[in-house]
Amino acid sequence: MADVPTTARVVVIGAGIVGNSLVHHLTRLGWTDVVQIDKGPLPNPGGSTGHASNFIFTVDHSREITDLTLDSVAQYKEMGVFTQSGGFEIARTEERMEELRRRMSSARAWGIEAELVSPSFVKEKVPFIEEDQFIGAFWTPGVGVVDSLRAGTIMRERALATGELTVVPTVEVTGLDTTEGPHGRRRITRVRTTGGDIEADVVVIAAGVWSPKLGDMAGISIPLTPAVHQMISVGPCPQLAEREGEISFPIVRDMDTFCYERQHGADMEVGSYAHRAILHEPEDIPSIEQAKLSPTEMPFTSDDFDPQLEQAYELMPELLGAEGAEMRYAINGLLSLTCDGNPILGESDVAGLWTAAAVWIKEGPGVGRAVAEWMTDGHSEIDLHHSDIARFHDHQKRREHTRLRTTESFIKTYGIVHPGEQYESDRDQRLSPMHDSQEKLGAVFFETAGWERPFWYETNASLLEAYGDAVMPREHEWDSRWWSPIINAEHLRMREAAAVIDLSAFCIFDIVGPEALDVVQTTCVAQCDVAVGKVVYTPVLDAKGGFRSDLTVMRLGEDHFRVVTGGAHGMADRAWFAGHLPEAGATTLTDLTDDVSTIGIWGPRARDIVSSLTADDVSDAGFGFLTCREIDLAGTSVLASRISYVGELGWELYVPMEHAAGLWEALLEAGAPHGAVPAGIGVYGTTGRIEKGYRAYGAELDSERTIVEAGMQRPKVKAADFVGKEAYLAQREEAPRAVLCTLTVDDHTSASGTKRYMLGGEPILTRDGGTLTDGHGHHPYVTSAGSAPSLGKHVLLAYLPPDEAVIGNQLAVSYMEELYPVTVGSIDATPLLDPTNERIR
Amino acid sequence: MVDPLVCVKRVVDATSEVVLTDDEQGVDGRYAGFTTSAHEECAVELAVRIAADAGGTATVMTLGDDDAVEQLRAALAVGCAAATHVVADAQAFGPADVAREIAAVVRDHEAAGTPHELVLLGNDAADTGDFQVGIRLAYELGWPVVNGVSTVTVADGEVTASGSGPDGHETFRLPLPAVVTVLEGGVEPRYPSVPGRMKAKKVPIEERRPTADPVGPSRVRLVLPPPSPSTVQVLGTGPEAAPAVVDLFEQLGVLAR
Amino acid sequence: MIVVLVEVTPAGEVVETSLEAMTFARDLAAAGGGVPIDAVVVGQPDEALVGTLASYGARRVHALTGPAYDSFSGAAWAAGLMAVRERAGAVVVTAAGTPRGNEVLAHVAARSGVPMAANVVSFGSLSPFTVTRQVVGGAALEEMSLAQRPAVFSLAGHAVEATPAPAAGVGELVAETPEVADADLVARVVSTEEPEPDLSGTLKSARVVVGAGRGAGSAEGFDDLLELAELLDAPLGVSRVVTSLGWRPHHEQVGQTGSRISPDLYIPCGISGAIQHWAGCSSARTILAINTDPDAPMVTKATHAVIGDLHEIIPAVNAEIRRRRA
Repeated sequence: MADVPTTARVVVIGAGIVGNSLVHHLTRLGWTDVVQIDKGPLPNPGGSTGHASNFIFTVDHSREITDLTLDSVAQYKEMGVFTQSGGFEIARTEERMEELRRRMSSARAWGIEAELVSPSFVKEKVPFIEEDQFIGAFWTPGVGVVDSLRAGTIMRERALATGELTVVPTVEVTGLDTTEGPHGRRRITRVRTTGGDIEADVVVIAAGVWSPKLGDMAGISIPLTPAVHQMISVGPCPQLAEREGEISFPIVRDMDTFCYERQHGADMEVGSYAHRAILHEPEDIPSIEQAKLSPTEMPFTSDDFDPQLEQAYELMPELLGAEGAEMRYAINGLLSLTCDGNPILGESDVAGLWTAAAVWIKEGPGVGRAVAEWMTDGHSEIDLHHSDIARFHDHQKRREHTRLRTTESFIKTYGIVHPGEQYESDRDQRLSPMHDSQEKLGAVFFETAGWERPFWYETNASLLEAYGDAVMPREHEWDSRWWSPIINAEHLRMREAAAVIDLSAFCIFDIVGPEALDVVQTTCVAQCDVAVGKVVYTPVLDAKGGFRSDLTVMRLGEDHFRVVTGGAHGMADRAWFAGHLPEAGATTLTDLTDDVSTIGIWGPRARDIVSSLTADDVSDAGFGFLTCREIDLAGTSVLASRISYVGELGWELYVPMEHAAGLWEALLEAGAPHGAVPAGIGVYGTTGRIEKGYRAYGAELDSERTIVEAGMQRPKVKAADFVGKEAYLAQREEAPRAVLCTLTVDDHTSASGTKRYMLGGEPILTRDGGTLTDGHGHHPYVTSAGSAPSLGKHVLLAYLPPDEAVIGNQLAVSYMEELYPVTVGSIDATPLLDPTNERIR
Repeated sequence: MVDPLVCVKRVVDATSEVVLTDDEQGVDGRYAGFTTSAHEECAVELAVRIAADAGGTATVMTLGDDDAVEQLRAALAVGCAAATHVVADAQAFGPADVAREIAAVVRDHEAAGTPHELVLLGNDAADTGDFQVGIRLAYELGWPVVNGVSTVTVADGEVTASGSGPDGHETFRLPLPAVVTVLEGGVEPRYPSVPGRMKAKKVPIEERRPTADPVGPSRVRLVLPPPSPSTVQVLGTGPEAAPAVVDLFEQLGVLAR
Repeated sequence: MIVVLVEVTPAGEVVETSLEAMTFARDLAAAGGGVPIDAVVVGQPDEALVGTLASYGARRVHALTGPAYDSFSGAAWAAGLMAVRERAGAVVVTAAGTPRGNEVLAHVAARSGVPMAANVVSFGSLSPFTVTRQVVGGAALEEMSLAQRPAVFSLAGHAVEATPAPAAGVGELVAETPEVADADLVARVVSTEEPEPDLSGTLKSARVVVGAGRGAGSAEGFDDLLELAELLDAPLGVSRVVTSLGWRPHHEQVGQTGSRISPDLYIPCGISGAIQHWAGCSSARTILAINTDPDAPMVTKATHAVIGDLHEIIPAVNAEIRRRRA
């Protein structure tokens, strides 16, 4: 048994599927002096990997998770530990069939072989299933099972073979020491263990359900919760025993009862996601000595499973009721859940301290590779922004939040989750100063980063009559769920008069100091060495030229820049900028998000309204587009910035929180005679921007997309160096492999006669349903979809193969397994509405 | 027809390191979970077989808190057909208290026209290890008691029980009614089947309160024994240690054929 | 006065644990100011047996004889023991914590209406009288008060080492033929047979036992272990989790509720060494533990250990045995 070394370049804590994958990929990428420790023995240290059911369904609605899964499958296959079995997701209800049709969209979009099949098709492959219990199924032939423990051993041994890895099992971490670094950011220095201390520059917490406990040792939050997934094993079943090997029948996911049946030799494993959420605290997980089986195989609570048993029996009575088939093994297996269902990856607030947690077997090897790349190069091939540990806002770092959200979401593991679906628990965490006023206006609140944001205002329902069919009402319940035609009415009123929009969720931070210009120049693509008072909209790239973000920068002084970015991704942006502060310098980053509120006012009457509240010159000549300055507005000093994400004349007004409510009321009051209304995020985030073809980070833009493909390149590239410049220059020289286009839907009529409206994620096909493939080998899908009420069209954004990116090109979108004709309307950032941007002037 | 009553107790599944409750009065089961003592699982199996052979009904009973229903359901899932739950804090009940409560159930069932001619118990509970409830029950009922046997059959109003004793394999034969306490090993308790478990869920459970306040178990507190120091000699790690292992075999003389 | 029920082997010798009970009773008697100790045996003892008990401090040896004692009945034994106790006015009745000892004492306690403590390992104060006893198969200890008289308790095996008294007792043999009610003879042994060589028989008497636990991984994970067992001509013994998972039959189980083994060499592979299991194998002379976890109780309690995965180590050991034999 190796001793614990006293120093290491990197310490990986954990020898589950993630830790093992990490040490393999780190050593493969040239890392030396790698140490891996685990408190348990090898090859099964007792974490979630040890009891996983180990099957992999490849289709997920999330592209990020799907990519990680597909990469993992490729790695498992290469290691020879993947057994293909095929898998069915069966539907007992028509509602579920619709969800399976939606799943077909995802399969087509991600290019995964799948088809919708009849019960008899299923019966042929799974003879012991009761055909009359379900009405159809989603068949993925590529589904399979893996030996995750064996995979872990193989990867660890490969790392050991490089001579750069030392593995020390059965030592437990007792502390993580940090030291104060530049800008008050702490840095990891040492891992304390029961086998001695290790000095290390880099430490990765890959400790699964125990990760929060380790995070606490360094004062960082890793907001996941250990949660129970119940599983029983029934056997021996003669129908299964007849065949050799671990698995020879496809896995069945009984989606409507939230359970699965997976053959394991002569036994059938029945797993459940139907029971109540049973959560544990990481501190309450037993030690190896205390545990009956392993620490993550908690005592089975049979009462919770009983209803599931009946449903499983309904589906496979002959098998599960076979003579001699007994329930011999039953566990409450622990796995990791997070508030948003995504993993927790990346470098934490403590420099050098990384996390790779809340990862399931299907993503393990892919996550190991991606995080190792990230640690090596600063970015990964697969975009990981949904999984970035930097995404969490303070309210999300509370254990209470994780507990409440996972309690709510557990049942959604196999649930039908609408893309617009809102959480009910732990709401009202961040309220804008206008909240009370908005409630009176009948605001329907959606949540972003804890902020309650009005999506539309019920009091604007009075506009519906005025606009009639121009609000593009939706007939189908699914299309209109989490949506209202009032959004489109507010939109039309904005284009006609003006709208006042609460944007308090914006993440705002100031960069101040002698190196402030260097910091923004280094991080931003656009020229930031501009006159004081200029506003710059800019992409932010990673080193390989993929998007990290897009945001606006205001130069408020020679050494003073203010960055304004979306709330959802703001924390990651802040971490990115903070990471580029010179270590030795005096430049600081200050978060103003909780101090400054933002109110937007846009529309043809915006200037009239604003000028009625100020003596300052707000004419185009006196206050030009893309400039900002302090003005006195309704008796309050406000930083006004003339910019627009909705394609209208107007301002973003940054106002101290304590004065925001007063300003809000003043704007509404002054606006009323001009026809202005309050408008929600439905307008700001979707209809307003999509008419203008404005791209959104997280939808059109992510680290796998380039400025050129997104059609956002400017004629010139600034002379100053910036992150991703080299890659960006190279991208400009190459023909793009995909082109972001705007498409409009020509006919919404479905076979049943109901008009259908796409919500995003749908595949774009040829008019007759043929597959399209871009230069990356990817298939085009809708990145954003929404009404364009001023155009009277439903607009889709999608990256198309370059030869399909032709204005007027007639294609189709597949929605719920029906084709709808679409036409390419724009092949670059040119908006369909007001292409010359007259309205903004 | 024989309608045996089998008595089970919800105990911590102490196959791992034992953790005590904060009040030092019991074993904490939150990590290890709860189970039925192994002896009692065999008693249940015997009761089910006796009832099946004789065309009777096996009834399971327990004294325990609300959670002890889990143990009743487990017994119902493997073939018991009725269940009685004396809802009480088992920790506060001593062996004499428990015997009194079982006797009360036996008498009440008899009064209700559903008598038990045979009561089966485990030889001793896996947690408290008192070795006496069955015997005390026999005195409560005025019935004979056979202790520590591993097989039990009933024929013609007589119970035949046997098990291993110090002088060999011992057999007892006596007329019903009788109390028998069972040691693990004579029968393989079955695991529940899926239909069995589903059926168990639907069986109504007779709930009752204790007939008297418990005298208690005379327990002062529980303590954990101190760990003993290790003197292990590690021969090596992994397959490389094989020669050292075989050297040890040779040294101990266990390799010669 | 203390009454000790003493068990005798079929060969007519005192059972070792009964001598431990005599030793413990002596310590208790000494703490109590030197009260006398009487032994009770069932059947007619020979001189040697009486001498042995005297050397352990017995003042008298009461021999229960008569038709009621021809074959075992717990109630009849208890009746005899109680007759002796009542006559002598004993305040303590004790025995070894064997199946017989616990059973007879339970009858005594039930008849006397007093508590009984099983498997005592030590005593605390005398007034009130408190004892410490094994619970949860020895994994925990219970401090228990035995305030009522007589104090009835059995002594756990190996709680004390059997040692003769510094000064022998008188050892007066007293014949006892108490009246035994018919009701006490209803439940009695009607026949005793030579123990049949049951399936676990080889396990109990084997010189070498190969053990296997959860580390085997699955029902299919025993091939190498079975091969090793064959190479060593040893039976396979398994932990409780292995039988409860259905991987191996119950008769192979070693432990508190399975077979208790005492081989020269026990090789537990992938067995963590829960108390349950340890209770069944602690009598092995040499233990070679093979386990991935160096801190597993089985490893720390073993005489020798190899750290690692049994699926890697056992094939190597098998190969090495074959190589040396070739």
